[in-house]
Amino acid sequence: MNNSAANTGRVLWAGLRALLVLTVVCGVLYPLAVTGIAQLAFPGNANGSEVKADGKVVGSELIGQTYNLPLKDGEETAAPDLRWFQPRPSNGLGANSVNTQYSIILSGATNRSGDNEDLIQWVKDAKAAVIKDNSTADYKVKPSDVPADAVTSSGSGLDPHISPQYAKLQVHRIAEQNNLTVPQVDKLVADHTDDRILGFIGEPRVNVLQLNIALKELTKG
Amino acid sequence: MSPVLAGVLQLLALIAALALSYRPLGDYMARVYSSDKHLRVEKWIYKGIGANPGVEMRWPAYLRGVLAFSAASVLFLYLLQRLQGSLPGSLGFVSIDPDQAFNTAASFVANTNWQSYYGEQAMGHVVQTGGLAVQNFVSAAVGIAVAVALVRGFARSRTGELGNFWADLVRGTVRILLPIAVIGALVLVACGAIQNFAGIHEVGQFMGGSQQWNGGAVASQEVIKELGTNGGGYFNANSAHPFENPNPLSNLFEVYLILVIPFALTRTFGRMVGSLKQGYAILGTMATIWVVFTGLMMWTEFAHNGPAFDLAGGAMEGKETRFGIGGSSIFAVATTLTSTGAVNSFHSSYTGFGGGITMLGMQLGEIAPGGVGSGLYGMLIMAIIAVFIAGLMVGRTPEYLGKKIGTREIKFAACYILITPALVLCFTAVAMALDTPSNSMTNSGAHGFSEILYAYTSGANNNGSAFAGLNADTQWFNSTIGIAMLLGRFLPMVFVLALAGSLAEQKPVPETAGTLRTEKPLFTGLLVGTIMIITGLTYFPALALGPLAEGLAA
Repeated sequence: MNNSAANTGRVLWAGLRALLVLTVVCGVLYPLAVTGIAQLAFPGNANGSEVKADGKVVGSELIGQTYNLPLKDGEETAAPDLRWFQPRPSNGLGANSVNTQYSIILSGATNRSGDNEDLIQWVKDAKAAVIKDNSTADYKVKPSDVPADAVTSSGSGLDPHISPQYAKLQVHRIAEQNNLTVPQVDKLVADHTDDRILGFIGEPRVNVLQLNIALKELTKG
Repeated sequence: MSPVLAGVLQLLALIAALALSYRPLGDYMARVYSSDKHLRVEKWIYKGIGANPGVEMRWPAYLRGVLAFSAASVLFLYLLQRLQGSLPGSLGFVSIDPDQAFNTAASFVANTNWQSYYGEQAMGHVVQTGGLAVQNFVSAAVGIAVAVALVRGFARSRTGELGNFWADLVRGTVRILLPIAVIGALVLVACGAIQNFAGIHEVGQFMGGSQQWNGGAVASQEVIKELGTNGGGYFNANSAHPFENPNPLSNLFEVYLILVIPFALTRTFGRMVGSLKQGYAILGTMATIWVVFTGLMMWTEFAHNGPAFDLAGGAMEGKETRFGIGGSSIFAVATTLTSTGAVNSFHSSYTGFGGGITMLGMQLGEIAPGGVGSGLYGMLIMAIIAVFIAGLMVGRTPEYLGKKIGTREIKFAACYILITPALVLCFTAVAMALDTPSNSMTNSGAHGFSEILYAYTSGANNNGSAFAGLNADTQWFNSTIGIAMLLGRFLPMVFVLALAGSLAEQKPVPETAGTLRTEKPLFTGLLVGTIMIITGLTYFPALALGPLAEGLAA
């Protein structure tokens, strides 16, 4: 009995030593080496692909933002600032609930199923808003024109992109709000549309932050 | 180009990439586990462990190594989280509560990576990089080691010796996982994944003001999370988060990383048992199921049945624009047919049938191609069951790879296949019968039931993905899923190693005219059929109440 207890102790001790040694290799040396090389070779990417406009950092190319008007008294959610291209909804984003000395945005999805009443309502409301916001005096949006990404939340809630269809849908509104012509804004969208990589990997998409930065440039000029 | 065609082309590109690496990686792994030589760095590590890598172990000794290492890992990871509040380099994050710390420790050691916490607000650099990411490596290496021990059981005769656990563990980590991880991490950074040790910092916004972001060693953790079929995300949104999976190319690359070792291990198996064709038969079975499941997933997601999706005009809820339906469907099937559980889109918002496919993929036992190591040993157990059923039909003592499948062997195999279904169905039934667990559901009706069925399916099969509407950070779910993960990982390993020991002791049976030819396509067909029938009989009633009911109603 004593013998087997000693044996168990010995093998547990070996297990612990193995873990500690491998922790040094995989948990210290490996990440430090990768970080070192990454910081030398791809400093921009490794630090979050930050984008500057007018010399100021205005966010990350990879992280979606909201383009809303300041919250007014009595409002629960801020209204979209219709001068700017609007991103996808992000109903799944959360707020920091532990370590509340910070206010970190929690990435996430709504996790609602296809037959969930909340989701059906969100989609209905989003669709109505997209139609209303984007219809101008001489351009009426039809319900069938609204692409799926315009009325659904992404997996991360931080989707930096919208589909080219959704961007085009917003062109007339953007032109009207910013005193630009429709062809000017059309060209802007076309210039900022990324195609599939190698023609088949992923989906065509428009980066909303890049597009709005370019729009800002255009309105200044 | 239509999105459907683009999806199919991405699948074909993935198959081509996997086919290209199949031979070199499979043969390399066979050499790694058969070599007598030790690298200098390995010798230092053995000195640190105090183990002699040349000593052959019989199955009880091998198992003791697995269990001792894993027990030490659970304890270490638990303490690391409990002490987080006092550790430097933790961003000032507080310690994790005991139930959640137990759940997370069990989860990462069991190669499950179920997460009841939000990565970005709960885990600092020390726990993420020094604790969780380390388990991504070593729990994967343990899985491969056990699979290799079983393969040695088939390959060796008149001995009980299965190799040396410490040598297998260290070699898998140092010679296989680490080199691929270093290259893969840099590919991910080149695509845009972050890799730094910044603290919580402010980043300006377009409309003014700023957002708070945490930095971290994300790319280095992301790559091994996929390569080791672990799946625990640095951020809550997992591989949907742009910092983890920045573009469509990184997405396809991550799916490749998930699948590359599990598929190539069938080549390693063929090499080590001395018949590459036997490896191809197993590969054929895995690949058939994987391709069919991916096809079905794309079909149901593009068809987008379900009231909300019909209204929206597409099943884009929970999916990222850059991946689209095609890239998301490929990822979802790869992650649930292996034991990965990383997600680039949220399975709870898939169509009813789509959610059912992810669940069924896990319920097959994650063998097509399965987790690193666990996929191969799970599939070999199924092969033994298939050989046994064929033997019953013709009234011969079944044999596989020159070894008799006798009473002892079939008992071990049968115990193996009963463990996870028992854990899944019993825990689900109890959770449904009690009052409080169902308070955690976000959705109601059939989908609510699916959330709980998914949780235990994912835990017991060591997947780690979720119908994440379920609020799993309760004492009930943290404890029961934690137990399911540990039992679902280590009990099957006990039977695999016992089986390996028993096979290694046998003397080989010469092949005769009556031997079932297990290297032929006919056997692949029999094996696919056996897997589908066994899983179907086990889980059909439960699936009928959840995803099937939801899918048929849509």
